[in-house]
Formats: sequence, C-alpha cells, structure tokens
Amino acid sequence: MSPLWMVRRIGFYVLIAVVLAFFAVPMLWLASAPFDSKPGLGLRWPDWTLANVVATFDHPYALTSLVNSLVLCVIATVVTTVFAALAAYALSRVRIPGRDLLLYLLLLLSSVVTGTAAMVPIFVMMLQLGLINSQFGTALVIAGGMLPAAIFILKDFVDAVPRSYEESARVFGASPRQVLGHVVLPVARPGVATIFVWAFVNAWGNFLLPFLLLRDVGQQPAAVLLRTLYDEGGSANLTVIPVFSLLYSIPVVVLYLFVSKRYGFRFHGGIKS
Amino acid sequence: MDSSGLDSSGLGVRRAVGFVAPALVLIGVFLVFPALWTLYIGITNYQLTGPAAANPRVVGLDNVVNAVRDPLFTNSVWLTALFVLGSAVIGQNVLGFGLAWLLRTVRPVLRRTVEGLVLLSWILPGTVVAYLWFAVLSRDTGTLGMLLGSPRTAWLVQYPMTSLIIFNVWRGTAFSMLLYTSALAAVPPSQLETARLAGASGWQTVRDVVFPHIRGHVLTNTLLISLWTANDFTPFLLTAGGPNHRSEVLPVLIYRQALESGQLGYASAMSMLLLVGNLVIALVYLRLLRRRA
Repeated sequence: MSPLWMVRRIGFYVLIAVVLAFFAVPMLWLASAPFDSKPGLGLRWPDWTLANVVATFDHPYALTSLVNSLVLCVIATVVTTVFAALAAYALSRVRIPGRDLLLYLLLLLSSVVTGTAAMVPIFVMMLQLGLINSQFGTALVIAGGMLPAAIFILKDFVDAVPRSYEESARVFGASPRQVLGHVVLPVARPGVATIFVWAFVNAWGNFLLPFLLLRDVGQQPAAVLLRTLYDEGGSANLTVIPVFSLLYSIPVVVLYLFVSKRYGFRFHGGIKS
Repeated sequence: MDSSGLDSSGLGVRRAVGFVAPALVLIGVFLVFPALWTLYIGITNYQLTGPAAANPRVVGLDNVVNAVRDPLFTNSVWLTALFVLGSAVIGQNVLGFGLAWLLRTVRPVLRRTVEGLVLLSWILPGTVVAYLWFAVLSRDTGTLGMLLGSPRTAWLVQYPMTSLIIFNVWRGTAFSMLLYTSALAAVPPSQLETARLAGASGWQTVRDVVFPHIRGHVLTNTLLISLWTANDFTPFLLTAGGPNHRSEVLPVLIYRQALESGQLGYASAMSMLLLVGNLVIALVYLRLLRRRA
C-alpha cells in the first residue's frame, strides 16, 4: 500500500469515471426530457409532467410510424433469418459446385457494397419499378443488404453442429426435412437467435433506405419520422421528439436486455484473428 | 442422389441449390445489380429531373475526371479520411482496447455497467442518438456548454468535424471493445503473470506481451471499423454536411449530389470511387485473413 500504489489506484478509478460519464451523460436526456414540462435540447432536472406523452400519442403520425417500423422490421428480419438459415445450412453441408468462390464473393459483398455506396442505383431501380413508397419493397432491399453477413455468421454456427447427429437421425429413417427441423435447428438455435436479434436491431435503426425509398409520411417508419419532426415547421418539435425517441428506443433496449441476460454480449467464434 | 460422402444432411445438390437460391436472388437483385449499375450510371449524365432524366447520354469517364477536379469532392475525401483516422483508427481502436484492458480487473458490477452503457450507445437507433448529441452540443442549453461553464458555443457549427469524430467514438467503440475483450481472453495468463513478476509496467506489458498475441485482431478490427466509418451516413443526421460543406463526408456528399441536386450520374461516379475504396480495404483484409488461415 505504498503512496505510489494509492495514486495509481485513484488515477485508475478517475479514468473509469471519466469514461463512464462520457458514455452515460448523452443518454440522460432520454430519461429527463420526455417528462419535462419545458423539454429542450439540453440537460436539466425535469419539472415532471406527462403532458408530452399525451401530445405524442395525439400526434397524427407518431403511432402509425411505430407500426410502420414494426412491419418493415418484421418483414426484413424474418426474410433475412429464414433465407440465411436455409442458405447457411445448404452451404455448410452440401458441396455445391463453386461453393468456395460463392462464399468468398459473399464475404466481399457484405463489406464492399453498402447502402451508402449503392444508394443511387437502388433509388433509381425502385423508382423505375414503381416501388417507391412500398414498405414491402423497402423491407426486401434492407434484407438483401443484410443477407451476405447473416449467411456468413450463421454458417459458422451450423458448421459447429456435429454431422454425426444428422447421420444417426438418417440411419433411423428421418427425412431431410425432419433432420433439419428436429435435429439441426434446435442445436443451431443460438445462432438463429443471434441473427434474428442482429437483423432486427439493424432494420429497426436503418435510416438511409427508408429515407430514400419511402417518401410518403404515412408509410414512413419511426427512424424517418423522428428526423422529419426536427425540421417540421422550421423548428424542432420538442414536445413530441423526446417521448417519441424513448418509445422508439424501447424495443432495442428490451432486446438488448434479453440477449445480455440469456446469451451474454460476447463474440463467440465468428470473428477470428 | 448424393454424389459426395460429405453430405450428412441428405439434401443432395439439387435441393441444396434450392435452399441457397432465395437468398441469392435477393442479394443479386438488391446488392450485386445495384453495384454493377452504379458503374453504368456513373458514366452517364443521368439526372433526377429535366431532359437528361428521360434520355441520359453516355459521357464516359467525364464524371470521374470532373469529380477528381471538383473541390467539393476533394474536400469530402479529405474530411472522410480525417473522420476515419480520427474516430475509427485512433479513437475507437484505442478506447476500445483501453476499455477491454482496464475492465479485466475491476469488479463485475462496475464492468457490466460500463460495458452496458458502451453497448447501448452502439445499438440505439441513429436518429435517436443524433438528438442525444444535439442535447450535448447545442448552443444555448447544451450539456457540454453547461459542464464547461461556457454556454453560447455552437459546437456543431464552430467545430463540426471534431464534434463528429468525438460523436463517432462514442457511437462505435462497442465493437472494438467486444473484439478486444475476446482477443485478450486468448493471451496466456502465465505470460501476464511473468511480466508482472518481472516488474513490467502496464504499457510494457501491453507492448511486449499482449500485442504480439492480438496483432491479427488489431488488423481485423482496424480494417472493419474503417470500412464502416467511411460508409456511415449518421453524420448527415448531425450536421447534414454543414456549415458550408465543412463536415460533408463522402456519404453525405453523394446523397446531396444525387437527391438534392439531382445529379444522379455524377453522384454515381462518386459512389463508384467509394466502392473502389471499399473493395481495396476488403481485399487487403481477405488476403491477410487467408494468409493467417
């Protein structure tokens, strides 16, 4: 317990405290502003009220946009998870001609072609197909962007399922469908759950694609409406924005709590040196 | 029906192709085709409205040449490089490693709290996060001005790039932290113990004992976060490129050229250059990955 040791110990905790404050302080606004009678862009102890909540529920598009977010997100997430699971299983188990090249290209695509780099052709394509303002179309675009990475992560999980399970099931006469449904899926469930949560969080927060492709306010998800509230009528609508931000964040926070309780937020395999 | 002995699923090649097909169709239509089409639109004078909207004309590489000479484009490339270097290569990397390293030894409650907040800042929706930072950086009532006791500084207007860089460190450090936490778990504890007994300082331990083990992770992490940061559209939500193009990173410039100015061909040429940049980073990454395998 030398003085030097004490100084270093104190310095250590001061450093941790600074980092903690850096990450925590911006989030406090989400706890105070929604319930403040005069919400602003800044932090202060709120003068408690629920009037903002009422105002938000009265806003003509607030709840609609949350429903839109849910529709968009569920379609994109389900399509991504199901298609990725099927593809990952087949690619893991069957030596399709050209499989290695395909996997290489998928890995390349998942990182190179981003929504930002491809926004012009995606916009033009949807415009010419008449799919601007189509939630289903936008959901498919989002799913298409997530699929390569999803296939890749899932294939890692499926590769880890021992093949002997399937072989013994087949010896006892199980059909391929039964093997998939009763043997592989239950074992690979953490992987499927990971992809589901990952896809949901990504699709839920996606701003650029709905912003480009859904121009009609009645079709827009929460991500876009929240932005619209900022310059609506020339100034930010601060009665609605804080409560709406909070409502819109809840599903992500709930999913986060669920995942960290159930699986823990760790990288399992997947990302290797 | 099964040609290879490896097929433990009993699917057979034909059904396997059927399993892969739906995913490939979506990827083909919404990812590969747009990427290739960028190349074509990029060599035309296609516009959102006006005569060139109906009959775009092929102008060859004029767009690329114009872009390289366009001060807005070079400014944007420079700002993007600054953004990637400051917030990803240095900011997220250093803070992510620092957190992974420091949090090994603290009590679990404290560790979970810090990790939880870092992760939350990563997964909250971008539009929400933008408001959180408006509240920190706004001129009159902003939290930062209040903490520093100097209100009336409009941080996003006076220091737009610095603000974006600090914001993105806050936003993206979680990935580096997770990656380095799992990397550090692979460093043999006996070696750390030996370093401690030899009286090595923290910095010496990191440099001589830890770094050789995680060199591959550092590389992976740096390349991935650089790629994501260069393609991040969130700066649009905070500054929309302003004031006066001072924070107009490439994704924002492309959006504004395409949708606000309607110059679809010109914006595509810029996208093409961004795609090439992404491709170079990804190929370097895959090559290094393969060499280690």
